[in-house]
Amino acid sequence: MNAIALRRRAIIRPDVSLRALRVWQRHRDVYLQLWKSELIWPLVEPLITLFALGVGLGGLVELESGQSYIEFIAPGLLAVWPMWSASAECGWGSFFRMENQRTFDAIVATPVSIEDVITGEILWGATRALISTAYILVVISAWGLVDSPLALLVLPAAVIPGIMFASISLSYTSVAWSISSLNYFFAVFITPMFWLAGVFFPVERLPEWAQTVAWWLPATHAVKVYRALTSGELGWSHLGDVVWMVVVAAAFYVIALYSMRRRLVK
Amino acid sequence: MSEIIRARDIVKRYGTFTAVDGISFSVTAGECFGFLGPNGAGKTTTIRMITCVSPLTAGELTVDGMDVRQEPRRIKAALGVVPQDNNLDPDLSVRQNLRVYGRYFDLPRRLVEERIDESLALFQLSDRANARIASLSSGMQRRLTVARGLINAPKILVLDEPTTGLDPQARHLVWQKLRYLRSQGVTMLLTTHYMEEAAHLCDRIVIVYQGKIIAEGTSAELVERFAGRQVVELHVGEGDRAPIVERLAGLEGVSVEEVEDIIYVYVLSENGFDPAGLKLEATRVVYRQANLEDVFLRLTGRGLAE
Repeated sequence: MNAIALRRRAIIRPDVSLRALRVWQRHRDVYLQLWKSELIWPLVEPLITLFALGVGLGGLVELESGQSYIEFIAPGLLAVWPMWSASAECGWGSFFRMENQRTFDAIVATPVSIEDVITGEILWGATRALISTAYILVVISAWGLVDSPLALLVLPAAVIPGIMFASISLSYTSVAWSISSLNYFFAVFITPMFWLAGVFFPVERLPEWAQTVAWWLPATHAVKVYRALTSGELGWSHLGDVVWMVVVAAAFYVIALYSMRRRLVK
Repeated sequence: MSEIIRARDIVKRYGTFTAVDGISFSVTAGECFGFLGPNGAGKTTTIRMITCVSPLTAGELTVDGMDVRQEPRRIKAALGVVPQDNNLDPDLSVRQNLRVYGRYFDLPRRLVEERIDESLALFQLSDRANARIASLSSGMQRRLTVARGLINAPKILVLDEPTTGLDPQARHLVWQKLRYLRSQGVTMLLTTHYMEEAAHLCDRIVIVYQGKIIAEGTSAELVERFAGRQVVELHVGEGDRAPIVERLAGLEGVSVEEVEDIIYVYVLSENGFDPAGLKLEATRVVYRQANLEDVFLRLTGRGLAE
């Protein structure tokens, strides 16, 4: 009786190892093969946003702080475009690998465990976010929109929202029944976050109930942290934002592990 | 002769459906062991349990002396798996596919490169090393999938319907490579529903039906035991069938089966009985050697299993 209980627990405990990096390497190799077409969206979109909203719309906007509008939105873009990168990678990307290319099946036939695969997917999603963050950081620095050398800390800090958005997205993917059903996730969760997380206007402008909702949006916290780092006005409240994201990232990583395994191990 | 896979009463249930219903078998190192059965018989499920991707519901299963529940990673390190569906990486070249796969086993890079060159030569893919997967024919893709399964020099090569969907030329080329591997002492485990494939490659065959093993032996033994030496196929119109069946029923060492418009006469004994002497009245009479297909159809029925 005891032996059976033990065995069952052994099966249920996630089996994560460093071999997750092998999965990450596979994704990197494919990315390096396809980088021209993979890179075009993350390259162009932030530029268009800065130009259209920052330069175009920004001419009509006067902020209480005296900041120019383009300066105001720049740090927010550091948060939301990488959010798109990580979410798309662990949404459409992971779903396609799992269901269409049967890549997961091929990998788990080797000493790599399914938990390694899930971890590798998330690490890769976070890497895509990091690539995007680095690119936007270079662009807005060159544009003269960064005021503090603390902005360099954006890069290490970006690991946290990267893992968070990748884990959230993969958790949804684990219950998605078709590739088109991922549209719900992006339409109902990612797109509203893009517009409402305090990138394009201060969250305080929203009615109170909407501010409460915004607090629950993961992107809001990333935006706050990046805003503080690029302006140099870092405070203790931002530690709270970081902890918030770490907790959410950890929770969704565990959810992704169990939910994916439930879907795949049959 | 050492036992390399040992299954005792293994069971796989999905809810109330029992896919594998308590089967036992043992595979000896160096042999080619075949699972033969119709679609849905439980072959692939059994393979998935052996390759540690599907947990057992009950029973004991050891591979190379290790329990599938305890040592999945070490077992998988000793296996080469050739899946039924093509899951090569379409965005990578032939060589990159093998390189990436070798990395999953944590093999040293130089060793992997050496094996890739050997494998590509063996599977006649050397000139396609840098080709994209989409540009390969289905036969080449299959050969590459087998080559990929060999990258870790596995103790056991597990092949799930290795030639399904291939044209005869491509199939024979795959068979030729598999025979070569067998001659090199690689233990092989394969599932198939091609009788010819099983007869061609397997030292020992089990016939799986509805989650159970219903017969086991070499191809020749199974044919001898269940279909006899010779088969006579009589194509007879509906009205003329009854008298023929009646006449045959009295004969010794003969087993008769009526399927739609054909009467099958299995000549089981070899006591000098000559089926040609029957001089049966039929539209068409075919005398032929009994084969594995006869065994299969006799044991698993002629209706659609699905």
